Order: sequence, then C-alpha cells, then structure tokens
Amino acid sequence: MAIPIIYNVRNVMLRPWTALATGWGIAMVVMILVGAFALASGFQAALVESGSPNNAIVMRVGADSEISSGVGRDAANILKALPDVAPGPDGRPLVSTDMVVLTNLPRIGGSGGTSNVTIRGVDQASFALRDQVKITAGRMFTPGTGEVIVGERISKRFQGLKLGDHVSFGQQSFAVVGLFTAAGSAFESEVWGDNAVLMPAFDRTDAFQSVTFRMRNPGQFDELKKRLQGDPRLGVQVKTERAFYSEQSALLANMIRFAGILITLIMAVGAIFGAMNTMYAAVGQRTREIAVLLTLGFSPGSIMRSFLAESVILCMLGGVLGVLLALPINGITTSTTNWSSFSEVAFAFRVTPMGIALGLLFSMMLGVVGGFLPARQASKQSLAGSLRAA
Amino acid sequence: MNLLSLVLINLGRNKRRTILTMLSVMIALFLFCALRGVLDTLQESIKVGSESKLVTRNKISLIFPLPLAYQDRIAGIQGIKDVGYGNWFGGRDPADERNFYAQFAVSENYIGMYANDLDIIAYDPPQAGAAIPPGVDPKLASYYLDREGCVVGELLFKKMKWKLGQKVVVSGTIFPGTWTYNIRAVYRAKNPAMGESALFFHWKYLSEKGMNGQGMIGWYVLQLQDPKRAGEVTRNVDAIYTNSAAATHTETERAFQAGFVSMYGNVPFLIGVIGLAVVFAILMVAANTMMMATRERTAEVGVMKTLGFQDGTIFGVVLAEAAVITLGGGILGALVAKFLIEGTKFNAGGMLPPMNVAWTTVAAGMGIAVLMGATSGIIPAYQASRLKIVDALRRVE
Repeated sequence: MAIPIIYNVRNVMLRPWTALATGWGIAMVVMILVGAFALASGFQAALVESGSPNNAIVMRVGADSEISSGVGRDAANILKALPDVAPGPDGRPLVSTDMVVLTNLPRIGGSGGTSNVTIRGVDQASFALRDQVKITAGRMFTPGTGEVIVGERISKRFQGLKLGDHVSFGQQSFAVVGLFTAAGSAFESEVWGDNAVLMPAFDRTDAFQSVTFRMRNPGQFDELKKRLQGDPRLGVQVKTERAFYSEQSALLANMIRFAGILITLIMAVGAIFGAMNTMYAAVGQRTREIAVLLTLGFSPGSIMRSFLAESVILCMLGGVLGVLLALPINGITTSTTNWSSFSEVAFAFRVTPMGIALGLLFSMMLGVVGGFLPARQASKQSLAGSLRAA
Repeated sequence: MNLLSLVLINLGRNKRRTILTMLSVMIALFLFCALRGVLDTLQESIKVGSESKLVTRNKISLIFPLPLAYQDRIAGIQGIKDVGYGNWFGGRDPADERNFYAQFAVSENYIGMYANDLDIIAYDPPQAGAAIPPGVDPKLASYYLDREGCVVGELLFKKMKWKLGQKVVVSGTIFPGTWTYNIRAVYRAKNPAMGESALFFHWKYLSEKGMNGQGMIGWYVLQLQDPKRAGEVTRNVDAIYTNSAAATHTETERAFQAGFVSMYGNVPFLIGVIGLAVVFAILMVAANTMMMATRERTAEVGVMKTLGFQDGTIFGVVLAEAAVITLGGGILGALVAKFLIEGTKFNAGGMLPPMNVAWTTVAAGMGIAVLMGATSGIIPAYQASRLKIVDALRRVE
C-alpha cells in the first residue's frame, strides 16, 4: 500500500521557510532555464516568421546571407518573368527585388555604442508579397523620394530613426515618414525605402541582394529549385523563405539554448545539494515517524517512494515559482547582433508552453535526483534501530 | 576551548550538510566568475586594439568597401607612418559548413604592422636561391613568394590538424568560387585575447581572382607616428573624403574593436542578470543550512547561555560558521573558475577569444562569498543570540 501523498504535502508545509528557501534555489534554476529558452524562442520566432513557406528566395550561389549575395538585373528580370510566380490581386507578379545593406548607427541609451542596422530597398510589389507589413504611425514612403519607413522595434533603439527624424546614408539624407510592424518578424528591425532611390544612394545599382517571390505552386518547390539552380544564366541558389530565415536563426538560437542548458545544469547541481540538505534533514527529523510507518506495515519501498514524492513536491514547488518568475519577461524586447547576417535584430522574449513544460519537468527531475539518496536512507532504516533511536 | 574550534566542531557535526552546502556555494561562485569572465573577455578583446593605430572604414558601414586609391593620399597625411589595408573574406569550409574561421585578405605590409603582436612560430623555409623581398621578415619569405600563400593562427592550425605547406580549400560567400591557399607560416598571438584563429592571405590574390581589378578594400589600418595626434589625424583623414562617394569613418583601433563588442547589444546585461540569479539561488541554500543548523541546536544555545556565554558571542559563533561555509566554497569556486577556464583556454567553441577571468572578478566573487556568509548567517545568528534560556531549554526535540 502506498503512503498517501497528503502526508508529504503536509510535511512540506510544516516548515514553510525551509521549503521556501529550498524551493527558491530550484526556482532560480528553472527561471534561468525558461528565460534562456524564451530568449532563443523569441529570436527564432522573429526570424522564422519573417519567411513564408510559400515564398521562394533567390540569392547568388554560395552566399550565406543577403548582404553577401548579389543578383544581377538581368537575372532578376528572368526571375520576374517566370511562370512559377503567383500573380497578386492586381494581376501583377508577386515578386520583390530587394537591395539589402547595413548601416552603422549609434544606439540610444544603455551601454551606447553602435551597431549595424539593415536597410532594405523594396518596390511596391514587396508590400503585396509581404502583407504582414502594416504602417502603425505616419504614412508609407512616397516612391521616388528620399523617404523611408522604419520597423517599430528598431526605431526605439537607434538614434535618428524616430518618426520625423532625418537619417543620412552615403551623401543623401532620408526622412523617416512612417513606422511599421511586421507581425513580430525581423523586418521590424529594418529600415525600408524605395529601391530606385536607395540603390543609387548606396552605389549599388548593378545588382539586387535577393529576389523573393510567391510560388504559384509551393508543392513543386523542389522541381523549381532544381530548374533555377541549374540555369547557367542565373548562377543562383533557391530556398523557401521560411527555410532561409530558419537557417539565419539557427546559429544564435542554438547557441543561446546551449548556453542556457549548460548554465542551468551547473546551477542545478548547486540547487540539488540544497534540496538534499533539506531532505536529509526531513528524514533525520522523522526517524520515529518512519519507524511507526514501518510498524504499521508500510514496506520500505513505499517509504522510499513517499520521500521521493516529497522531494519532487518540494522541487516542483520551486519549479512553479520559477516559471511564475520567468513569465513577466514574456514580451520584453531585447536586441543583439545576429552574426549570421551581421545585423542587429530586436525581438521579444517568448515564453512558450514548451519552455514552461521543460522547466517543470526539469524541476521534477531535480526532485528525483536530489531526493534519491535521502529517500533510500529512509527506506533502509531498520525498525528496531529507529525505535531505539527515538 | 577557543571560539574558533567551537565553530569548526559545529561545522563537523553534520559533515554531509556542511560539505553539500560548501559545494553549492562553490558551484555558484564558479558560475558567477565564469559568467563575469565572459564579460572580462569581451572587455579584454577591446584592449587588443592599439591606441597608436587608426582604422578607416566606409562611413556607412564595414560592409561597404573603400577605393584602394585612397591609400597614397592617406599615406601622405602628416603624422602617419604606414598604411595597410585588409578585406574580410567570408569563406566556408566546403567539407563542413559549420566549421567557420575568419579569413582576411591583407596588404603586403599588413602582417609587418602587427609584428609587435604576433610571433611567427613555424614557417616554410623559402626555396634555395629564392630572392627574399627586401625589408621582409625572413620567416615570412615563403609566404611573400607564394601568391596563394597564407599565414594561420596556431589555435586554428592545431584544431584543423593542418601541416605546413598544406593546401587549404574554402568556398567563397562574398567572392564566389573555390579558393585555395598554401600554409606558409603559423603565428602565435603575444596577447592571448588577440586570438589565433584567423587566416591571412594576400589581398593581391583576392583582387586578381575575385574582383576584376576594381581596386576596392575593406578597411585601412593607419600606423601613427605619435598616438597623441590620433584625434588630429582622424579629422584630417575624414575631412578629405567627406563629400566623396565613399566617405570615411576613422577611429582608433581600440574604438574599432569596441564597436564589435557593442554589437552584442543586451547580451552582456543578460549575462550579468544570470550571474546575480545564480548567487541569489545559492544564498537561499546557504541560509537554509544555517537555519537548520541553529534550529537543531536550540537547546544547546540555552545551555551555553546558562554557562555564561554572552549574546554577542553566540551571535558571532553562528555568523562565523556561515562565513566559513560560504568563504570556503566561494574561494574554491572563484579559483577553480580562474584556473580551469584559463588553463583549458576555453573559447566557447570559437565564439570568443580564449577566455580570461580577471583577478578583479575573482576578488568580486570572494566579496560576494563574504556577503553571502553575512546574509545567510545573520537571521539564525540573531535568533540564537536573542533566544531566552527558558524558551531554549523548554523546547524538546
């Protein structure tokens, strides 16, 4: 017969300060774990959501990011005329030929310094293709003029990118006439303007960096990819936009997760020692109780399981606390350089159900590991010895 | 019996608990120092940049090139001793995409400009009878004589299990195609933070094979005659090109390095927060231990007080016990962090230069251990010192 779980719950509650102190150690570990995963998920989500699985992005063969790519105007024209490109509501092909460059701008506040901000030159078809882009303040830039719109997230982080500001690229000054959101994607970390004006300003008139188009038939991507990559006139590589942005996020997201796991594992060892102390004390104080349980006929195995359960309750208490502490970071915007694209990406922490589940599971595991030795000690207790000790 | 031995005996009464708590504190301080070490390493990497060199890049950003034609004009500016140039070459290892290392195409005088920072530790001897170019480090003669020669860092050289004279193949990302280099020399950085994971090759090779003679370079390095004149020279250089198609941005090499570090954005802040969370977590573990220890000894404290021990003495004994645990664990953790991380030249899989944990960080870690001891011990110590003899003796365990 198993010892009722309420026995353990009451025992944990008996010494609330000890339970809280032990739980707190576990809580901090879980908080860091959930936080690190929220950071990685937020970053990854920002990038992955930039790309649609229905869009194909074309870059020069060998290029590992947009900035290292170049697609000539001839190649771009061939791509624009492909029958595989889906038409928009107005019947025109849904294709965007982008100029992508970086400009070094000073940050606002914080530790200061500078970082690279992505400037994307687009044309009107881009907005039909990327319909997640919404103007939230000001207005759209007027084609053919020195006007740009700025992603909301980056606007708050760099000097000269607020609505109404003027920012210089090369020898030309551009007016910030609008702010935009793009469903939380990495586009919100970019400055967008008219290709026809931006390309001469950056002296990049001969080539675009990427060509993105909506596929008429995304199911036949593999065939399309093979055909375009084999076309000697183009010299390009083709990826789905989703796959491209996933690749761009992989390095940093994996690094954050790896660092998060490494840090929490080391930290967890310390927290487990704390839990072990508490559980050893619990076992020690209850020598007499254990003897009584044995006398009543509970098997050593059920006593072991009972103390293990108590350790798990204690640690999961900490786990829940840790998750609660981590929740408020959800949605907080932070930013860093994505070294894959050499440019600043602002993104929001995203506490995912997966991250929460992982945190709770982890706290449970800590309970099992930390409680094992004390629980075994409890179960090994001999009846005679226990009663004598009492 | 003096008080110190009383403290030690108390610690020895529950050895398991004392050891587990000490290990907790040790791990916390290890992590704290390791995380702070990441920040130390980033700070240290700025200092690699010299104050007596300037770097000139395109004003828009580093990804835009500058005309090679600027070299002579810049060299003519008063206060400049030498001008070299370099270009980022983002080549990938065709065998393993993730196996990334930096490659730079550099001017012929570039490596010489860093002679004080680098030691050539291994080199291919030049062919007998080959004319060594004048004014060149003889160890680099075979590098200068080979159009496709390259010089690589020791760490990279060992990691890739390369041999001198070996052919290295990379596929270009910015400059398409397959590129081959012959390893002619290996360098060791005199300052470890400089890193030994880069490959340098001739800019001429890049220009001939990949740039159709456009004559564009990534950045200029300007050796100053007098570091005190850095500000003046900076203004003079940038003034020439203010209104040209490729305007320049000149700064000291140190500021240039700092620019890279500032690109990490909020990361250093987050690392700092994690470090504090670690300390806070283990503080609770230590405090809990002290509470448990004193609670068990309630009756004993009553007896001690009956024997005439002062409240202050009791307070001190409990606090000292906490201090021994946290200081012991803390000192151990901080030192392990320093020697383990620096000893193994941990570089986070190539993401950082070989890490260093500054002594100031070790000292900060020990300071935190002292604070931990004080905070974790203060409540139990206070409780024990205020305990009334009757209450203490009435309680029956």
